[in-house]
Amino acid sequence: MSDAQPKIRLRDLHKSFGDKVVLDGVDLDVGVGESVVVIGGSGSGKSVMIKCILALLPVGGGSIQVDGEEVVGIGSKDRERINRKFGMLFQGSALFDSLPVWENVAFGLLAEKRVLRSEARDVAVGKLAQVGLTPEVGDLYPAELSGGMQKRVALARAIAADPEIIFFDEPTTGLDPIMADVINDLIVKITREMGATALSITHDLASARKIAHRIAMLYEGKIIWAGPTADIDDSGNPYVDQFINGRAEGPIEMAIRA
Amino acid sequence: MNVLQPIGRIFLAFLATVGRLTMFTGSALSHCVRPPFYPRIIGRQMVEIGYYSLPVVGLTAIFAGMVLALQSYTGFARFSAEGAIANVVVLSITRELGPVLAGLMVAGRVGAAMAAEIGTMRVTEQIDALETLSTNPMKYLVAPRLIAGLTMMPVLVFIADIIGVFGGYVVGVYKLGFNAANYLQRTYDFLEAEDVISGLVKASVFGFIVTLMGCYHGYHSKGGAQGVGTATTYAVVSASILILSSDYILTELFFAK
Repeated sequence: MSDAQPKIRLRDLHKSFGDKVVLDGVDLDVGVGESVVVIGGSGSGKSVMIKCILALLPVGGGSIQVDGEEVVGIGSKDRERINRKFGMLFQGSALFDSLPVWENVAFGLLAEKRVLRSEARDVAVGKLAQVGLTPEVGDLYPAELSGGMQKRVALARAIAADPEIIFFDEPTTGLDPIMADVINDLIVKITREMGATALSITHDLASARKIAHRIAMLYEGKIIWAGPTADIDDSGNPYVDQFINGRAEGPIEMAIRA
Repeated sequence: MNVLQPIGRIFLAFLATVGRLTMFTGSALSHCVRPPFYPRIIGRQMVEIGYYSLPVVGLTAIFAGMVLALQSYTGFARFSAEGAIANVVVLSITRELGPVLAGLMVAGRVGAAMAAEIGTMRVTEQIDALETLSTNPMKYLVAPRLIAGLTMMPVLVFIADIIGVFGGYVVGVYKLGFNAANYLQRTYDFLEAEDVISGLVKASVFGFIVTLMGCYHGYHSKGGAQGVGTATTYAVVSASILILSSDYILTELFFAK
């Protein structure tokens, strides 16, 4: 990936909330069509990093490039254009509970006026089929679905506009191991079919091993290790070792207070 | 030193809130007049504010009118000025009680619901999700509610005015023994367009205040269920205080000679 232009390039990304430094110079490249998983403990700033890239949070300093284009500090028109390349699967699914499932899935397409309202339903049903849900689900409301089904609907919504880059925020959190594996399989299948670039964050290592080409570890606001998924078990990095083996003792000291 | 510190901190926090609210209001208003618009959502909010608030506001208005007639009778009978009751009822209702009571009831009904709904959307990341789906949450969530509040409150208050005056009429005629035609004649003679219109302008301002407070506190809520609860409380309390204080200012503007 060294000379090809990466899809996403983070350089020296900073972000703090008040006095609390969350991102302290993050450097990360995600290549075209690559699936990178960022691992790290709770509160290590993984979610904040993704939200900075999506401009849901203002960046404290540094550079974010998407397809070689600097996106920190761009105007709202350009931001809209950039955000159209993105799809995002939220941790809690974040489905709109006032709308039926099919409207949730087609929401982005309707907002961008890419489909007519009369056609949106068929498009949504197609997307639901991609994540293994039947057309009848389209008429239900999100509150009527189980957690695993909500996750699938959220996934269908994230891919509905055929994004070039998909972000997965803890895709398996809160699911039973079998459903988690189903979601992992779906993520692998869909990103491969779409040829999309994926940036995921998780602390579920089984999930990371399954969906990642490359894994990076975020600790104290910096990427302390990055490498191919196969190398994670002999990274030679004591922090990574402690994390993947889930040991309480080691160089990482869990912050008791945020 | 230690005494001044908390004072300064509170003052700074107050200024920060005023600044945030001003920016929020400016941004919300600019989104009200710039496309895209969401007519379906505006329509839904109009029904919510204008139609579903009718029973509550109507009940409040009819009892306000009734008690007003009764109370002014107690007072005015001492000066043998019972004849002025119709006059007092219609002026009080159209100028003051109609808009203020409706505003307070709608703050409790609609403002609280808005804060809770938008607050829940905030803490469950639904507002973030809107942004990633090419939808500006200010435009999609806030602007339709403000438009609905601005336009539907005058309609609601106009109906409340009629119901309130009717409440006064019922007590005046059936309890206090006024002549019905006489009472209506007096009501009609003393009423001027200015009275009703000033009340409707107030209603529009109150509708704006209620929806703005609901949206603002919901939009900035954080920290799960407790945060949403706090936002709901703030929305109702701040809307009520702003309604009562702006009511005085508006009255000064309309009627100060």
